[in-house]
Amino acid sequence: MGRRLPAMVAGSRIPPHQMHMSRLSRLLTAAASLLLLILYVTPLWRISLIAPQYPEGLGMRIWIHKLGGVKEYDLDNINQLNHYIGMRVIDPQAIPELRYMPWVLAALIGAGLVVAFLGRRRVLYAWVAAFVVAATAGLLDFWKWTYDYGHNLDWENAIIKVPGTVYQPPIIGTKQILNFTATSWPDVGGVAAGVAMALAFAAVVVARREGARPAGARERAALAEARRRATPARPATARGS
Amino acid sequence: MRKLLLGATAGAAIVAVGFACRGTPAVSGGLAAGDAASRVYVAPGQHDELYSFMSGGFSGQLSVYGLPSGRMLKVVPVFSQNAENGWGYSEETKAMFNTSHGFVPWDDTHHPEASQTNGEIDGRWIFINANNTPRVARIDLTRFETDEILEIPNAAGGHASAFVTPNTEYAVSATRFSVPVPNTDVPIADYKKSFRGTLTFMKANEPGRMRIAFQILMPGFNYDLGHAGKGPSDGWFFFTSYNSEQAYEKLELNASQADKDFIAAVNYRRAEQCVAEGKGKNRPAEYAHNYVDEKTRVAKTEMLTSVMMLDPSDCPGIVYYLPTPKSPHGVDVDPTGEYLVAGGKLATVIPVHSTTKMLKAIEEKKFEREIEGIPVLQYQAVLAGEVKNPGLGPLHTEFDGRGNAYTSMFISSEVVKWRLGTWEVLDRIPVYYSVGHIMIPGGDTKKPYGKYLVAMNKITKDRYLPTGPELTQSAQLIDISGDKMKLLLDFPTIGEPHYAQAMPAELIKDRQLKFHRLAENTHPLVTRSEMDAGVSRSGKRVTVKMVAIRSHFAPDNIEGVQVGDTVDFAVTNVEQDWDILHGFAVLGMNTAETILQPGETRTLRWIPKKAGIYPFYCTDFCSALHQEMQGYVRVSPAGSNVPLVANTSNKAKSQVARMPAEPHKNHGN
Repeated sequence: MGRRLPAMVAGSRIPPHQMHMSRLSRLLTAAASLLLLILYVTPLWRISLIAPQYPEGLGMRIWIHKLGGVKEYDLDNINQLNHYIGMRVIDPQAIPELRYMPWVLAALIGAGLVVAFLGRRRVLYAWVAAFVVAATAGLLDFWKWTYDYGHNLDWENAIIKVPGTVYQPPIIGTKQILNFTATSWPDVGGVAAGVAMALAFAAVVVARREGARPAGARERAALAEARRRATPARPATARGS
Repeated sequence: MRKLLLGATAGAAIVAVGFACRGTPAVSGGLAAGDAASRVYVAPGQHDELYSFMSGGFSGQLSVYGLPSGRMLKVVPVFSQNAENGWGYSEETKAMFNTSHGFVPWDDTHHPEASQTNGEIDGRWIFINANNTPRVARIDLTRFETDEILEIPNAAGGHASAFVTPNTEYAVSATRFSVPVPNTDVPIADYKKSFRGTLTFMKANEPGRMRIAFQILMPGFNYDLGHAGKGPSDGWFFFTSYNSEQAYEKLELNASQADKDFIAAVNYRRAEQCVAEGKGKNRPAEYAHNYVDEKTRVAKTEMLTSVMMLDPSDCPGIVYYLPTPKSPHGVDVDPTGEYLVAGGKLATVIPVHSTTKMLKAIEEKKFEREIEGIPVLQYQAVLAGEVKNPGLGPLHTEFDGRGNAYTSMFISSEVVKWRLGTWEVLDRIPVYYSVGHIMIPGGDTKKPYGKYLVAMNKITKDRYLPTGPELTQSAQLIDISGDKMKLLLDFPTIGEPHYAQAMPAELIKDRQLKFHRLAENTHPLVTRSEMDAGVSRSGKRVTVKMVAIRSHFAPDNIEGVQVGDTVDFAVTNVEQDWDILHGFAVLGMNTAETILQPGETRTLRWIPKKAGIYPFYCTDFCSALHQEMQGYVRVSPAGSNVPLVANTSNKAKSQVARMPAEPHKNHGN
């Protein structure tokens, strides 16, 4: 690693120790990216419904690429109950996000690994920003779907009409919807995504702190060596000397 | 003896007083009411410790109670038509009632027996006998449903049944009434010459494949009860018999003359050999085997035409008689398999035979005589001991696995605890009144669950609020965990409970089916979605394929049915949710409603007799709009030109999306 430093530092006006991510920061970035792989095998979110008649509960799990019941027929039974209030059938086929989310995530993971490989702080900032935007967009999109299902009801064919009742489940937390207590909470994947984001932020913090105060004798020595080699070449023929 | 009787009566009176005054500590086998209550209290929402399965007696069914609460959980319909859910009325279940005598809508169940593995209850099935028209049923314990019924030919009064061998290899049935074999028109006075008993061994370990392996032709006694050997007596089966006098009239007197009757000890391994060696004869016989196809859930009948018959004189060594005092009723094998306890109902002792001594006596040929080729062993050569002065009218014995035996005393109305080996009486407790069977969970297996004993009483008199001339029968729960038996609870039972079985709830409760998978329903008339529902005619037969789902039927209007048509309503409950049942009934139908389990198809047949409008409705309160779950059939005169129509297509499309018709794909995990 140390050997490549001069070439990358060359030509920059910013002190090299502020342009580069430390080893720890790069490891954190790589870890955050790899952690996101869990989302391909575990659900992102979970909505549980408990009612007096359903002490065992009904539940729905939302993955990046699919949506289904906690128990085999839960989604069918949720749809079956929803017909009383005129809610549209929740049909995974009708949610295009489930088709492209795996690709968005793949891009994010790939970019994160590239950031860790390149080790450049500005790229890291860009990646973390993209991560935040993607996560926020995902949550907003989730909210939009719940809003849509909860508000756009088929009033003409609804069997039970309770004025003022909104059937939108919460994104996080618990809400009483008629006889059901709906609880929405991140599932394993959602928690993993949160941890990944925390790691990404940590990577930024570490990177910034390293910039302010180079730490460790080895890194200091590497920086000194880099300066020593880089400085004479600077005014003259630039690279590769 | 009079002193003993008086003592028991006084004890009963004191206990009765003790229980009448709440909170007053009771004596002699009672607990303070509060203590007893706390022992049987199962808090709301909590589960019982044990399932118990009691014969429904003359109700023909099997009842299921939780213990220790004594709360009834279910009545499983077996041998009697059950209007409550359509058992024996729906087209799918009628075949379960087929016999060589035609459709038999009722019977009398006596002895449920749990399936066993290695001599311990395994929680798979309950077998139960039909006493009147001899049959044995198998009840599946993941669904609490009767799956299979096998009729027993050459038999009358299938009383010594449905006991099983330690690995459920065989279930048995022995004839209470001897009859001519094969049954023919003979003078009753020819009893001794023409009447025979049979002991039937049926293969019981393969669902849907119950088969009679062989029948043993016996002298014309009355065979009463049985139990399989285990441990040292493994491979043997024991049956009590009475009326060795071979009386055929006024048995009350004439069958009570002999000093001793017999326990028939059957070496069924030897019998298997004899069959293999070709010593049996295939005799023509007509009997029904009814079973439910697992996927279609439609019952089928196959009529069988022959049975393998073994005559002990052609095959020495398959049966021995053990002399046993005075018309023995129960024969019960202790958990070790060494002792055979007989309940000589008119005897003044409880005789106990020893397996070891029996095997030795057979080896040494200690026979006192032979009856129709069956050696009779010498009483003293097989006797292990006698319990002296146990009480009056010993019937049945169960074991606690700690070396104690408990015997019910019908006449002195008590349960007596005594010690195996020393034969001393340890304790006695009155029961109310006239106890028949007793049951300790697992008490007839290698591994008794020796905490409770249930006494099943024939008479209740003043024990409950009176209900006219016909009073309830009852069970009494007795704590046997300590030295002294303690009465905990009385609870009413259906029919007359004879024998019972019980087992820890854990063996069963987590294996319960919650619904039938619609995708696997292969009923010929299954309707998986409203798109497939409809009505069709073929001559005078109209078939309605109907869907039931919260909260409607589809179709719910049918026109074009004519007077005299045979209308089959094949209704499928397409719900795939736990405890969401629907029911179906039509005005004026001459059959019972049917209850539809989720994912199940049931067919009700109806022949309308008058033109008019006939409503149908859901009979099982299924949902908030259950009262709206109804429909109409228009019946026109025969030959009318009203077209046959049913209203399905309009709303069907939205329904399809809600309940997929295709084999289900698992979206989540």
